[in-house]
Amino acid sequence: MNFVSVRQLLTKSERGSSVHRPWWHYLHIDMPLLTGLLLIAAVGLLILYSAGGQNMGIITRQCLHLGVALLVMFGFAQIPPSTYQRWAPLIFFLGITLLMLVLVAGHRGKGASRWLNLWIFRFQPSEIMKIAIPLFLAWYCHRIQLPLSGRHLFIAATLMLIPAVLTAKQPDLGTAILQLAAGGSVLLLAGMSWYLLSSLIIAGAAASPFIWHLLHDYQKKRILTFLNPERDPLGAGYHIIQSKIAIGSGGLFGKGWMHGTQSNLHFLPEHSTDFIFAVCGEEWGLVGNLIIITLYMMVVLRGLQITVSAQDTFSRLLAGSLTLTFFVSFFTNAGMVTGILPVVGLPLPLISYGGSSMVTLMAGFGILMSIRTHRKLLTT
Amino acid sequence: MRSNQVAIKNHREEIHLISRRCFVSFLITLILVALLIIRLIWLQCVHHEIFTTLSTKNWLDLVPVEPTRGLIYDRNGVLLAENIPVFSLDMIPDKVSNIRKTLHQIREIIPLTANDLGQFHRQLKQHRRFDEVTIKLRLSEEDVARFSENQYRFPGVQVKARLLRHYPFGKTFSHVLGYVGRININELRHIDPVNYSATTYIGKSGIEKTHELILHGQVGYEQAENDASGESIRVLNRIHPQPGKNLWLTLDSHLQTIADNAFAGFRGALVALDPRSGEILALVSEPGYDPDIFVTGISNTEYNALQHAPDRPLYNRAVRGSYPPGSIIKPFIALLGLDAEAATPDTTIMDPGWFQLEEGGHIFHDWRRLGHGLVNISRAIVVSCDIFFYQLAHHLGIERIDDILHEFGFGELTGVDITGESPGILASPAWKRHFKNQPWYEGDTIISGIGQGFMQFTPIQMAQGIGTIGARGKHFQPHLVLAEESEGSRIIHQPIDLPPVQLDHEEWWDTVIEAMHNVIQSREGTGYHFGRPKTYTVAAKTGTAQVHSIHHRDPTKDHEDQSILPEKLRDNSLFVGFAPVENPKIAIAVIVENDNAAASVIARKIMDAAMGVPEKI
Repeated sequence: MNFVSVRQLLTKSERGSSVHRPWWHYLHIDMPLLTGLLLIAAVGLLILYSAGGQNMGIITRQCLHLGVALLVMFGFAQIPPSTYQRWAPLIFFLGITLLMLVLVAGHRGKGASRWLNLWIFRFQPSEIMKIAIPLFLAWYCHRIQLPLSGRHLFIAATLMLIPAVLTAKQPDLGTAILQLAAGGSVLLLAGMSWYLLSSLIIAGAAASPFIWHLLHDYQKKRILTFLNPERDPLGAGYHIIQSKIAIGSGGLFGKGWMHGTQSNLHFLPEHSTDFIFAVCGEEWGLVGNLIIITLYMMVVLRGLQITVSAQDTFSRLLAGSLTLTFFVSFFTNAGMVTGILPVVGLPLPLISYGGSSMVTLMAGFGILMSIRTHRKLLTT
Repeated sequence: MRSNQVAIKNHREEIHLISRRCFVSFLITLILVALLIIRLIWLQCVHHEIFTTLSTKNWLDLVPVEPTRGLIYDRNGVLLAENIPVFSLDMIPDKVSNIRKTLHQIREIIPLTANDLGQFHRQLKQHRRFDEVTIKLRLSEEDVARFSENQYRFPGVQVKARLLRHYPFGKTFSHVLGYVGRININELRHIDPVNYSATTYIGKSGIEKTHELILHGQVGYEQAENDASGESIRVLNRIHPQPGKNLWLTLDSHLQTIADNAFAGFRGALVALDPRSGEILALVSEPGYDPDIFVTGISNTEYNALQHAPDRPLYNRAVRGSYPPGSIIKPFIALLGLDAEAATPDTTIMDPGWFQLEEGGHIFHDWRRLGHGLVNISRAIVVSCDIFFYQLAHHLGIERIDDILHEFGFGELTGVDITGESPGILASPAWKRHFKNQPWYEGDTIISGIGQGFMQFTPIQMAQGIGTIGARGKHFQPHLVLAEESEGSRIIHQPIDLPPVQLDHEEWWDTVIEAMHNVIQSREGTGYHFGRPKTYTVAAKTGTAQVHSIHHRDPTKDHEDQSILPEKLRDNSLFVGFAPVENPKIAIAVIVENDNAAASVIARKIMDAAMGVPEKI
């Protein structure tokens, strides 16, 4: 695929869509995006059925999660972008307040306090921030002339770092990374200078020894393990070694559905959640992995189309950020499972078993659909 | 960064900026995805084989299954070594967090001796952490019941049923059968690690060691599917172990038992064989030991006590003990003398009781102070005349003597199929130069004629040698295994015949055999104490030999009164013989340490039993 055709692909929909509107547009649903998401979810259920030990209970619950998430998506799609824009700062600051509350009075789960027990359901404010940060930054950037000047960049970055640091302190490094990805992608799209970006990366690398001291022991261990999994093959390195074995032993076509020994015999830890990509690799092989990657890239491509076709800066930045965050969460997970990135506890979006991150994710897609379907058709 | 801030937003420019950035971001995602795909190809195509192996190793576990050790029977099918089921308490150290504490808690339920614990700790050092290590062998039924009730308290500790070697005859066959014991570090280096991967015991001596490969069998496997916690989920495939072959020995347990009993209170050795085939019928070394204690595990102290006991019960005298042959060498010298025409049956000498090589030289005495008077070669054998054989040896020279003795198998391993055989010493000028760094004197040749001096033979060599005379030169390699048996089929071990001893004149055999017959029959025969059996004929030669290794006396001196000597310094008595005289069925060699009369008595009991004379009650 060369550059020209990619560009054409990104702008093609814009030309054709104005003439005739399909029925789902009135429901504020973007069909190509929904199709991609449902395909991923369907494949995900298939993998999960095998990974979860052929347990229908898990599938039922995952379907429930999906149902709730789709409802949330549908709901979010109905709200016009202007409303999001209006509420963005409030949501952001409310989110930060909740994050602080979590640190003080959070419900402890898995050694980290992420949950806030709110009336009947528990939820994670850090998850909300994954959307609140791009909302707020898009709102902020919309108010100024782009590209971002150094001053605005500084203000925006600082505001973005507050929730990320609070989340990392919980400690939930994975979510913090996604928050940074969400915020960072807004800044990137808003024209943050490449020169600054590269110097930031260099500065970050230089500061890593100091950051090292701020990390929790288990986070340090994960990074050490990433650098050398064989350091502790039965301890911290076990996950990554077993994951690589699972994927590698899958070969080109895999061992077949429900025939993965690594996952079915529990050698692969967290095989229905964070490491489900390895199960796919084991049972479906390279072919299966490529299919999954293609599905994700279809969604990303559609997200970027929506971004480019959006009508104002706020929508564009928001749509682009949500799309790129989705990609980052996919890539971080796949990278960790294949051993090219350190192990951070991040699920494979839409496929890993679990409800809360899926709801946030689909809420984000709901916003994307809202951006897509609430366009005014005056421009052609 | 722009210098002129624009008040009104430039939407066109923003749209272009974001579109551009969007495009760049997409390129970045493509690059990252390409990276991911390269990584996947690396894992799933390039290194697929390695990961497949690792994955298989994860879930497939080959559990070796120990083959059942072959049984050992005597020639009549009497069981000599069997496997009895016992319960043992085993621990997998890897699954036990605190071994010391666990042992302490087990002690509250099952009594553990210091020996058990010592054994356990020794085993612990030698085994991998996930191998089973035995805490206690032979649990009583109560122990098993008590432990089973408390099993939940001891993860990683289990009661296991296993087969334990047992020797029903105890010490009677100890030196022939040997025993099995736990494989030690040294043995680990030499055995096939695959075939022994499930085996705990290995033959340590005797038949158990020599025929280890036959008795052991071939390891089997269970291919088990394991989950991550190491629990076996199911057995996928099973390759049954091939049990070791059963061995049928040439031994006759009846004869062996009689021999063992006959030795009560004496030290020594006995070898009885069939000269027609080399089959060993009885092989006794006294004292023996209880082989079962090695199987259940012997403590260091106990082992050292056995090892250093003055009677040396672990020492297999029958194949390893080198004894001066004494007078039993005389028939062999006589055969050589006749065949080399150094003497004829009619050659007669006057025995005055002493022999002198030259005037004023060393005086060699006869065992009988006053001598035997006129002696021809037959009488020389019957009365065991020393003077005759001094002269004959002097006449023949050491080289010819060594040659004929070598032909009879002395001075080299007989090749009997148990370990630890010693070749004995066939003394020669070269030997003496090499080992003593001394020249060979004629006196050495002369005393060799009566089996004194440097010659040392093993009881099995003596039995084979005398059997060869009985069979008139034909001889076979002595052996203990009659047949191997596996799943109904028997492989008979054919006797291995050795090049026969050939004389120029066959009649010399008869001359010597007849003389040996008279050793028993004649009133003046040295074997008169043997008694004259009514139902069969015997040819024999007795001997008395000074205890070379312990007491180095001048053999040419007068024989002292043995009863005043401390027991350990008394002479050994020897008896070799065969029966019946014509076409012998049994040839035996008996040596009794430090007792100058017992050998004949013991020999008589074996001969009677072998020839079918009912035991006296």
